[in-house]
Amino acid sequence: MATRSSRPKARAGTARLRLRLYVAGTAPNSLRAVQNAEAICSEHFASRYEIEIVDLLQHPGRALADGIIVTPTLLKVLPSPVQRIIGDLSDRNQVLLVLGRR
Amino acid sequence: MHTSTARSPRHAMTKVLTGIEGFDQITEGGLPSGRTTLVMGGPGCGKTVLALQALVTGARRRKEAGIFVALEESTSHILSNATAFGWELPALAKSRLFFLDAQLSPDIVKSGEFDLIGLLTVLEARVRLMNAKYIVFDGIDVLLSLLDDPVAERRELYRIRDWLSQMGLTAIITQKVGGIEADDRYSFLQFMVHCVIVLRHQVVDGSAFRNLRVIKYRGSGFLGDEFPISLTTNGMQLTNWGPTELKYAVTDERISSGIARLDHMLSGGHHRGSNVLISGAPGTAKSTLAGLFVAAACQRGERALYVSFDEGAAQIVRNLRSVGVRLAPHLKSGLLQMYSARTRRPNIEDQFGALRAKVRAHQPRCVVIDPLSSLSPTLMRLGSADAPLRFLDFLKGEGITVVNTSLLEGLGTDEATATGMSTTADTWIHVSYTVQDGERNRALTIVKARGTSHSNQVRELVLSDQGVTLTDVFVAQGKMLMGVARWQWEQEDQAARERIRVDAEHKRLLLQLAQAEAAARLLVIQTEMEARSAEMAVLADATGSASKLQRTDRATLRKLRHADEDSRIEITAANDRAPKNGNPLV
Repeated sequence: MATRSSRPKARAGTARLRLRLYVAGTAPNSLRAVQNAEAICSEHFASRYEIEIVDLLQHPGRALADGIIVTPTLLKVLPSPVQRIIGDLSDRNQVLLVLGRR
Repeated sequence: MHTSTARSPRHAMTKVLTGIEGFDQITEGGLPSGRTTLVMGGPGCGKTVLALQALVTGARRRKEAGIFVALEESTSHILSNATAFGWELPALAKSRLFFLDAQLSPDIVKSGEFDLIGLLTVLEARVRLMNAKYIVFDGIDVLLSLLDDPVAERRELYRIRDWLSQMGLTAIITQKVGGIEADDRYSFLQFMVHCVIVLRHQVVDGSAFRNLRVIKYRGSGFLGDEFPISLTTNGMQLTNWGPTELKYAVTDERISSGIARLDHMLSGGHHRGSNVLISGAPGTAKSTLAGLFVAAACQRGERALYVSFDEGAAQIVRNLRSVGVRLAPHLKSGLLQMYSARTRRPNIEDQFGALRAKVRAHQPRCVVIDPLSSLSPTLMRLGSADAPLRFLDFLKGEGITVVNTSLLEGLGTDEATATGMSTTADTWIHVSYTVQDGERNRALTIVKARGTSHSNQVRELVLSDQGVTLTDVFVAQGKMLMGVARWQWEQEDQAARERIRVDAEHKRLLLQLAQAEAAARLLVIQTEMEARSAEMAVLADATGSASKLQRTDRATLRKLRHADEDSRIEITAANDRAPKNGNPLV
């Protein structure tokens, strides 16, 4: 399975949140991260977000290319600057801080 | 010395050499192959160097690929730090070694739990791609501190261990510790691995001292002492692992000390391969004597090394030039190398490591260390007090003749043996000052000379632009005279002798004269005596014949006169009677 994106609901002009979540297959932390990411985004960003999931077990080269060490790692690609969060995202406050809410 | 001997031949373990001199020996072969070794230590102790060196040795010597996971320092930083070691890292980094920057930025945000599955997956792909045999995780503490949860820590460490075991890799994990390594915090990882090495770094009086200690090695014997380590141009090495027995050939050959008279006092000179100590107060020409020694060596066509801890090379050459010793030609020809070492720079072990390398490169037969004593105060307080002695052992093992100079004011035992130099030295020459009649002169004496009968007399060391000589000293009136005083005394002595001689000659002449006179007088008296004797003889004769005549006269007269036989005849009466009738009587 390559990457899977949430259905983008584009609205021209609005700043979109683009995230990339690096996971390690179905490891517990990774599964939790995916769930948490979806939950947080849908709750706080309505549909103005995009999450790209990169499974390192399938694409180990991406880790090297993108400098990913631990899993899961969440990369906020847009809006700039690029920022990282490591962990299963169970600490919502931390996530929201980075994403610019709260 | 602790040695664990829990090894049975059946479970002989395979080991891999690290290329760290001394370490491979104390572990009897290096690191455990296919197992994990933990290297713990404070910041700057050399953990990264150790791990990297092992990896490099595998790559260079055994052509085996390895991966370096940099969790704390960046790989560019590590690579640039390692250029001093000459391991050809840039080339290796492109071929057999793979460096991964896996540092987590300090401002990373953490939300919830994470794991290393992703990392290990990436590494696995690399291992298979390169057919790597070795892996280093440098700075695991960074990851562990981020996990911030003992349970998670253990979980991830087990994950790493299982993965390593599955991959069959020989691994080194380095961990920065901030206190005593026996602290509980670090115990889990120590339990988990096969071998644990602890590096320690002390700074005393501004000098850095590094030590290494193997505290665990499952299934193998090892030397568990703390060993000083040093960083040289080849990498890390243990400096205290040499054989305890000194193995070197003993020879009868003698080489010149640089001064002919001194050679004579030493029954020929210094023994080849011996250790000579020249001690004395500042300014007593110790460096000059050392310079003469190397000059003599170079003149014989031998390579020499002059190590100076105080003065620069140019200064030494100039100072020696002023007493007629020319080192410049030998420097030019390459026979002589001069090495200026400041003792406070790097650390003592590194310093001697560098010197060892210098000796190996230049291969001198004669070495001067001037002065060796400048090292002692610092070292005395630490375990590395024997660093100079070990270096001297090394030189002895190479059959190199060494002259050390040492600052010693006097020959009191405490001072002299404080550095241990006096006991190590085969020959000990001491130069001192004598102050007399407003003059300072240098006195040289041989305190000891093993294996040589030597003169026990003091000689005066005279330096001039013509060169250096030893002269006899005068002992007069119980005092030792040197310098001008000696010259004065010599002059006086000579004058006195001359006077005595002249006096004696004069007396002899007078006596001769008197003798002649006496002889002449004797002759005169003798002559007179003879004359008198002759006179006396004449007199006696005359008297005798006169009385004989008289008796004859009387007898005849009586006969003639038919007188009686009365012999009593008064001569005067007879003499008075003159013949009356003309009888001829007479």
